[in-house]
Amino acid sequence: MSEDALKVTIDGREITARKGELVIEAAERHGVYIPRFCYHPRMRPVGMCRMCIVEIDTGRGPALQPSCMIECTDGMTVDTASGVTKKAQEGVLEFLLANHPLDCPVCDKGGECPLQDQTMSYGPGESRFVEEKRHFEKPIPVSDLVLLDRERCILCDRCTRFAKEVAGDPLIHFIDRGAETQVNTFPGDPFASYFSGNTVQICPVGALTATPYRFKARPWDLEQVESTCTSCSVGCRVVVQSSRNKVLRYQGADVDPVNWGWLCDKGRFDFEAVNSAERLGQPLVRDEGLLLKPAAWSDALRRAAGAIREGLDRGGPKALAVLGGARLTNESAYAWTKLTKGLLGSDNVDAQMGDGLPPEVVLGLPRATIDDACRPGGTVLLLGPDPKEELPVLFLRLRHAVLNDGVKVVELAPTATGMTPLATVSLRHRPGEQAQLVRALVSRWTGGEVAGVDGDEIRAAAALLESGPITVLLGRHSVAESAAPLMVSATTLHEARPEARFLSGLRRANIHGALELGMAPGLLPGRVLLDVGRDWFTDRWGSVPAETGLDTAGVLRAAADGRIDTLILLGADPLADFPDRYLAERGLAGARTVIAVDQFLTESVRQADVVLPAAGYAEVSGTTTNLEGRVSVLTQKVTPPGTAQPDWVIAADLADRLSLDLGLESVEQIWKEIEAVAPAFAGATHDLLTGPDGRDGVVVPLPERRATDGAPDPWVPVPGRTVISPPSLDAYSLRLVVSRSLYDRGTLVRNSPSLAELGGPATLRLNPADFDRLGVAAGDEVRVTSSRGHITVPVRPDPGVPRGVAALPHNRAGGRASGLIDASAPVTDVRVERP
Amino acid sequence: MSDIPRIVSSRWDLDDGYTLKRYRETGGYEALRTAVTTMTPDEVAEQVKAASLLGRGGAGFPAGVKWGFCPPGVFPRYLVVNGDESEPGTYKDRILMERDPHQLIEGVLIACYAIGASQAFLYVRGEMALAQERIAQALNDAYEAGLIGKRIFGTDFSVDVVLHWGAGAYIVGEETALIESLEGNRGMPRLKPPYFPAAKGLYMQPTVVNNVETLSNLPWIVANGGAAFAALGAERSLGTRLFAVSGHVNNPGVFEVEFGKTTFRDLLYSPEYGNGIRADRKLKAFIPGGASAPWFYEEHLSLPLEAGAVGAAGSMLGSGAIVVMDETTDAVKAAWRVVRFFARESCGKCTPCREGTSWLEKILRRILDGRGRPSDVDKLLDICDNISPQIAWPPKQTTICPLGPSAVSPIASAIMRFRDEFYAYCGGGEVTVPVSGKAYLSTPSAPDAVGASS
Amino acid sequence: MARLTPDNVAIATEIISRYPRPRSALIPLLHLAQEQDGYLTEEAMEHVAELIGITPAEVLGTASFYEMFKREPVGEYVINVCTNISCLLMGGEELLHALERKLGIKAGNTTADGKFTLEDVECIAACTEAPCLQVNYRYFHRVSPSEADVLIDDLRAGRKADEVPRHGVLSRIRQRIPEDRRAGVALPEDGTEPAWLARNEQSADGGGS
Ligand SMILES: Cc1cc2nc3c(=O)[nH]c(=O)nc-3n(C[C@H](O)[C@H](O)[C@H](O)COP(=O)(O)O)c2cc1C
Ligand code: SF4
Ligand code: FES
Repeated sequence: MSEDALKVTIDGREITARKGELVIEAAERHGVYIPRFCYHPRMRPVGMCRMCIVEIDTGRGPALQPSCMIECTDGMTVDTASGVTKKAQEGVLEFLLANHPLDCPVCDKGGECPLQDQTMSYGPGESRFVEEKRHFEKPIPVSDLVLLDRERCILCDRCTRFAKEVAGDPLIHFIDRGAETQVNTFPGDPFASYFSGNTVQICPVGALTATPYRFKARPWDLEQVESTCTSCSVGCRVVVQSSRNKVLRYQGADVDPVNWGWLCDKGRFDFEAVNSAERLGQPLVRDEGLLLKPAAWSDALRRAAGAIREGLDRGGPKALAVLGGARLTNESAYAWTKLTKGLLGSDNVDAQMGDGLPPEVVLGLPRATIDDACRPGGTVLLLGPDPKEELPVLFLRLRHAVLNDGVKVVELAPTATGMTPLATVSLRHRPGEQAQLVRALVSRWTGGEVAGVDGDEIRAAAALLESGPITVLLGRHSVAESAAPLMVSATTLHEARPEARFLSGLRRANIHGALELGMAPGLLPGRVLLDVGRDWFTDRWGSVPAETGLDTAGVLRAAADGRIDTLILLGADPLADFPDRYLAERGLAGARTVIAVDQFLTESVRQADVVLPAAGYAEVSGTTTNLEGRVSVLTQKVTPPGTAQPDWVIAADLADRLSLDLGLESVEQIWKEIEAVAPAFAGATHDLLTGPDGRDGVVVPLPERRATDGAPDPWVPVPGRTVISPPSLDAYSLRLVVSRSLYDRGTLVRNSPSLAELGGPATLRLNPADFDRLGVAAGDEVRVTSSRGHITVPVRPDPGVPRGVAALPHNRAGGRASGLIDASAPVTDVRVERP
Repeated sequence: MSDIPRIVSSRWDLDDGYTLKRYRETGGYEALRTAVTTMTPDEVAEQVKAASLLGRGGAGFPAGVKWGFCPPGVFPRYLVVNGDESEPGTYKDRILMERDPHQLIEGVLIACYAIGASQAFLYVRGEMALAQERIAQALNDAYEAGLIGKRIFGTDFSVDVVLHWGAGAYIVGEETALIESLEGNRGMPRLKPPYFPAAKGLYMQPTVVNNVETLSNLPWIVANGGAAFAALGAERSLGTRLFAVSGHVNNPGVFEVEFGKTTFRDLLYSPEYGNGIRADRKLKAFIPGGASAPWFYEEHLSLPLEAGAVGAAGSMLGSGAIVVMDETTDAVKAAWRVVRFFARESCGKCTPCREGTSWLEKILRRILDGRGRPSDVDKLLDICDNISPQIAWPPKQTTICPLGPSAVSPIASAIMRFRDEFYAYCGGGEVTVPVSGKAYLSTPSAPDAVGASS
Repeated sequence: MARLTPDNVAIATEIISRYPRPRSALIPLLHLAQEQDGYLTEEAMEHVAELIGITPAEVLGTASFYEMFKREPVGEYVINVCTNISCLLMGGEELLHALERKLGIKAGNTTADGKFTLEDVECIAACTEAPCLQVNYRYFHRVSPSEADVLIDDLRAGRKADEVPRHGVLSRIRQRIPEDRRAGVALPEDGTEPAWLARNEQSADGGGS
């Protein structure tokens, strides 16, 4: 027995508890469930509700103590069933019910309510409370998504604790005192937290309800399966609940390595998009009159296959391109890679929309897990994305690590992020000059200012990076500048600190799976370069592309020049997502045939000649890969609308129409093939993924993977690059930063009515000190002009934006920032003036 | 009794006892000078230990022992002065703050020196504007005179004393709630363990919380020695102590008496003190230690004002507040009024206190309104039992702090002794139910467990 | 009405500087806001939140816990009549009722002219001086109903203006810590032992060896 093991007697049975373990936890681990309301294993105990009181004896006689607050000590005796304990617990329950409205028949929580359940198990039969109950105005909205019924509230402090302790958004609070206490917001200041839905999930009664779910179903009508959220690349585990073949709710599932039970509101509520009436349920084909008209699958596939065949005949494989794939399951991604690269011979495949990272950086650097980043004593170097906006639950994990485990954050970002308040050091470098700053940071810099950052600040940050393990979170802070400097930053860090690990901060759902499975130019499935895996995959697929293809920017440029004959959009919406709107428009217009596989008629899909409806989330099974390289299972729960098909089936059908054999028949069989041919996935068998250890997901490559003979190593080298200094800023201009926010005009958000309006229209943010110089005032509509074009948006001050910088959100209603960006320029400079 | 020194109330009769000038003329700040220039911190603490000075805030824990609980080597330490006096019947800290603020400040400085506190916060009840003014003036004068702040008496002893005041919440008198309040939060108590202030107090640092009266004793103890203090009183209750005698006595007032030896009878009937029940009426009951204390009756008059003896008899001296009720008192109404206090003052953290005290209050109100039922009486007791199991003394609790269980005292007291008055309100004549087997006042008690808070 | 005036912001900043953590200044700052406006306006609470770096909801959470903070305008004079046990025994309720009749309002209300707010309060620590009341937290001991009557007339006529400032003003004397006398704030993260203790221990060690 280890030194940390303690002997505790619970209800006469001796058990072993861990040092620091709470009585309520130790009891539960040994099969003794102590009732509770306020205790939540992922939050600090407060011991308020008093439901968990049991008799605890530490040598001075038994005393009633809250088991959620008391740590086990050696020799402790606990009685959870004594008369005194029972009487006290029944008393607490009676007190809780005294003012409770007992409106279970009309309450959303009825059927899954801890208060209701515990009343059945531990409560008194009949109410002795004949006095008048406490009255509050019935449900009041505390935010756009959450309603609060204060009469049902039992003041357990779970939601308020969550808001403060976990989310860091203490916008709901206990107000007033004693029996008058209520949870509420400050007037006119709603609980606008990205994480508000968690409070609904953890409310032990029906006090908090979510507008998107309210009155939709009774818990006993719900069926559920466990799955993985694909709203971003964190890959939180979820429970998908449905009734009558309709998805009605997602709940967070608690897994240690990833989400601890939490979800962000986007992930929780974008199930509305699955049910959207806007979903495509049948194929569309552009007729002679140039209108998209519904068509039968056979006709649509024939049109598509015909276009592909003609295109190949006209321009060879190089004239075919596939953009997108981040929405796909691993299995579908593999199917499309195999179709395009193996069967059709084109390497013009890119799952990223020019807003991501060079794939070598994602796949080629030593990778970190979320747990690595959050390990006590470490330092996280943030180079890029704002995790709060892009990877919300990763933000929660990092926040916890900073506040509780002494993890330090060093941030390099041109504008403040959601992590800035948590960062030990936050360096505001000039946009486009990150690489210079990183070089200084690892080079014992003795000089002065670099990239706009003071030399002393650089030294302070460098000192923090000196000791302890480093995790680098790498991503794009701004799509208004080239990604090339990030590559330099990454390699510089890798060379200076070979032990540093990298976490890739790409946001889109299964972008990591798509890259792992070869959906980028020059790559083959399983972290293999085209040139390295040529023989291995030729043996397996019959052929591979002769040369490295184009990325999205390259494809769009080629298409604009008339060099792309057939362009396939796999859930891609370049008009919305590609940073350079002008190029995207020209590219789509320039391709002879555009085939779109999608769930919605997005702006880009409207340009297509053939539209093939794809099955969506909860409608397909398979696997997905998160930003750690963690593969976890997606479970089908409902059927797709109309005749929409899984993406891999569409690939197989197209192959069929082209008289080719993709050789893929089922999700399971595809996974088997992936495991066998894609080196990074070796050993990650279906059994492993669906077995007991699979719930946490499996990070690939497995450390103990047995390589198949002759298979290439899963290794992608990162090419070095030289630092290019961006041109200097002229006196009249500002340098543009365009960042993503959680609620943008992305497909899922736009098609989820509850979320669609949360982002609001785009506003330009400037340093307060720049207003006078530019002759504009807060709230003004201003004209922002770049070499590419102009937009008109309202402007507001933001001290988180340094002087000389103009910040816009990407892909929001109102002004379209992508209209200002030239994808081939290193940075984007703009002028801001009153129109 | 006139040979008993007035340890804390010596300047009460002076019109200008609160000024620095008069304070220094009457020996003020000499004890501090002695302590910081001639004694080590340990020696000061030793004197306080020798004095066996019990805390005057209510829990009665020996100050010297409490100081020793600060874990060695953990700094900074803080001293928090509890001037939140709000227990019904209690009136003595306010007088000390209004009439002799320098004595308190000197005590605070002596304590800071002894325990090694780097900063002190003097938390005065919000409603006491005059006390705030007197202390603010006293602090300003003492700062100017070099008695507080940097390098006191030219030594390396430096400490700031910050005046802070509350905003109206009885529960903030509870030491952990006081700390929460001082951190800018709602005054909701913390659970002890693990949050004993001496270990994890203000900002989770070692913190000593002491009552105003407790600290006001320190200048005398340092000047005269702990032994001189301990020569007064009896048993565990040594020195002198302030008692506020209010209610139906001829001469209500705050009296400094020899602790441990004076009896309740002395205090209620001696011409020097209470001078008897008004209009020569009969005593019905009296509360011996603030609203939280179970009531005493005629038969307890001979008990000495000694913590152990009072505890053994089933109540407590608490905050030194004696409320006298004569035979005309309506026991139901008196109980209701005290319960209403606890219901209004519950912080709301613990279910049994939040819901239980307001439920009790509603039932009592209904009984007083003539809408009670005889069965309500036992229901009251059973609800009490769910807040304070077995209605035992010292109280057990299903709550975090003793406030909830305190509401049980008046009800259990009134029902045990005056059950028929309840039935009279309820329109039922049957006074047949025996005292439901809960021997409230006869449970043997451990004397020092009364609301133990340190 | 109103954020804090520049003068009050200066006072607030000084108050904040006395504490190891800005949030500790919350209650003092709320008193300052109430002193300025007579009650706590939403704007003032928002301003206080900004000054100490917390959310307005957190400010409200604390403010609403405490009886003295008024979130609606109250009378120029707030009269608190104690009816707790000692005062109850000595006529506290009768005193309250006399004032209700005099002012024509029930406890918990404000007279139409905005002059008086009457409250039925818990023990105010004047138990031996029962029945007692406070006007804007200034004490009046052993008050008979007829004396209360006179008191109201005096207040209304401005004859008590020196003794009783308007509602919101508590201590009329502010603590001042002269810069050159300041010992300094003890930050929790600064773990150094106070000099006088360290010296003591050293000499104790020295003596032993
Ligand atoms: C509900 C409650 C209210 C209290 N109110 C006060 C008070 O107003 N003043 C006080 O000094 N102690 C009060 N106490 C006691 C304090 O918790 C603490 O024991 C005391 O301040 C310690 O100081 P002492 O050891 O010098 O007595 C109260 C305790 C409880 C449980
Ligand atoms: S017993 Fe009452 S006052 Fe004390 S902590 Fe619990 S709820 Fe608050
Ligand atoms: S679960 Fe322990 S007190 Fe609520």
